[in-house]
Amino acid sequence: MAKRIDVKDLDIYYGKFHAVDSVTLAVPPRNVTAFIGPSGCGKSTVLRTLNRMHEVIPGARVDGEVLLDGENIYASNVDPVQVRRTIGMVFQRPNPFPTMSIRDNVVAGLKLAGGGGKRSLDEIAERALRGANLWNEVKDRLNKPGGGLSGGQQQRLCIARAIAVRPDVLLMDEPCSALDPISTLAIEDLIGELKKDYTIVIVTHNMQQAARVSDQTAFFNLAGVGQPGRLVELNDTEKIFSNPNEKATEDYISGRFG
Amino acid sequence: MTSTLSDTEQPALSPAFQQVSVGRKVKNGTATVLVWLSFLLAVVPLVWVLYTVIVNGIKVIPYSNWWTQDFGSVLSDEVGGGVLHAIIGTLEQGLVCAIISVPLGLMVAIYLVEYGRGGGFSKVTTFMVDILSGVPSIVAALFIYALWITTFGLPRSGFAVSLALVLLMIPVVVRSAEEMLRIVPDDLREASYALGVPKWKTITKVVLPTALSGIITGIMMALARVMGETAPLLVLVGYSAYVNWNLFNHEQAALPLLMNNERATNTMDPGTVGFDRIWGAALTLVIIIALINLIATGVSRMVAPKKK
Repeated sequence: MAKRIDVKDLDIYYGKFHAVDSVTLAVPPRNVTAFIGPSGCGKSTVLRTLNRMHEVIPGARVDGEVLLDGENIYASNVDPVQVRRTIGMVFQRPNPFPTMSIRDNVVAGLKLAGGGGKRSLDEIAERALRGANLWNEVKDRLNKPGGGLSGGQQQRLCIARAIAVRPDVLLMDEPCSALDPISTLAIEDLIGELKKDYTIVIVTHNMQQAARVSDQTAFFNLAGVGQPGRLVELNDTEKIFSNPNEKATEDYISGRFG
Repeated sequence: MTSTLSDTEQPALSPAFQQVSVGRKVKNGTATVLVWLSFLLAVVPLVWVLYTVIVNGIKVIPYSNWWTQDFGSVLSDEVGGGVLHAIIGTLEQGLVCAIISVPLGLMVAIYLVEYGRGGGFSKVTTFMVDILSGVPSIVAALFIYALWITTFGLPRSGFAVSLALVLLMIPVVVRSAEEMLRIVPDDLREASYALGVPKWKTITKVVLPTALSGIITGIMMALARVMGETAPLLVLVGYSAYVNWNLFNHEQAALPLLMNNERATNTMDPGTVGFDRIWGAALTLVIIIALINLIATGVSRMVAPKKK
């Protein structure tokens, strides 16, 4: 199931704008990697290149390699739709499909993209909702619209939807930034459990969150205004938050930034 | 004033908040009166037209023969008969027009929003749609006459009318569907892509259902508008007092055409047969369009995204 990701010399562009400069990093399987850094440093951009969501934006392109268990997802013969089936994503704002019920939201990936095998969709929906710690809250209203849930529940619904297609990797783009502390705690607990089965990469603005949930942390920064973002340091989370190698990392972590 | 106060006479007792100044009260009052006046000015003609149509048309509407017979069996100035032939024509022509325009218009809108991405071709398309929406109905009718009747040598028919109505309906459908597709948040498209759903399925299963409610409303408004068009009828089909189901040949009545025909052949004085027939047909048309709008509202509510 869980696969490793190796990023090699990845340059990311929006049209002529060079957004991120030459990132090289490795994400081991069954492991949580956190991306931290100031706004605009390109951490979300890097995340979006890991499942080729980046190229949904007109004019966006990349230069370099992203290897999933050694296979380059940017090779010319690779179908981006297949890549996204293998590498799921949870977004900053909860975005359940408004026309679908809770159950249909969870199995939307399987119904729309095909696959799912022999298991019935109801079984898969229950498994995914249990996996996202949402089952007990919604089991009596599976046919109600997903839009009626609270923000935290909606986000867990989106996580259930993402894991229902059984991806190898789960990317999370600030999944808790629109949620209250209780819901955040629920999601963080969930990340700890999902780690057993998935490779997880999470972008967060909350350094305590990075320290709480991740095994390794990558710090991104801008070299200056108008300069592309770059990876400053990738290290074990414990090391990053106690004794980082780079001065810039320490300044950012301790709030002496800028 | 304040300059005459000494230091000990500071206006310490004046409250922090004062009442609304006279100037603002006057402006507020004037604006309120103007808004209400404009509202009345806009509503009065609407109510007046509706009232006139109902009062003058109500006389013939309650009789069952009005809805089940044509004018074929009665003299042009004889009481009786009905407008079934015109209702059939109006509905047939409108339906065929919708069958052609809706897929075309929807496809164009999907192209513009999901694929064109503001490129050169989509800009040209938008410009053309804008021009088409400004084409007078008589011009659309004459164009179809030149194409269908002069060039292809086919007979004047209800179908030719439908084709002219298509030219009038497409830009309205494109415009309204485009607006509705644009307000579907990109978040939903991204959520779908991130699940490994191909683009075409994202459009058909996520984007379209989310926008469907508004699209249906837009289509029905467009349909209601073209069903009342008169110019294409005058140019492209002849009036017949008999029911004609055949859209491709012979004369076929429609409600606006029937009104025009009665005006030409009968006197329009109150109390005469012609008067009753014209206003009855007018009321019938209003009722049909109101029904279509009612159905559209119901369907659109049914497919709209729900919260609870």
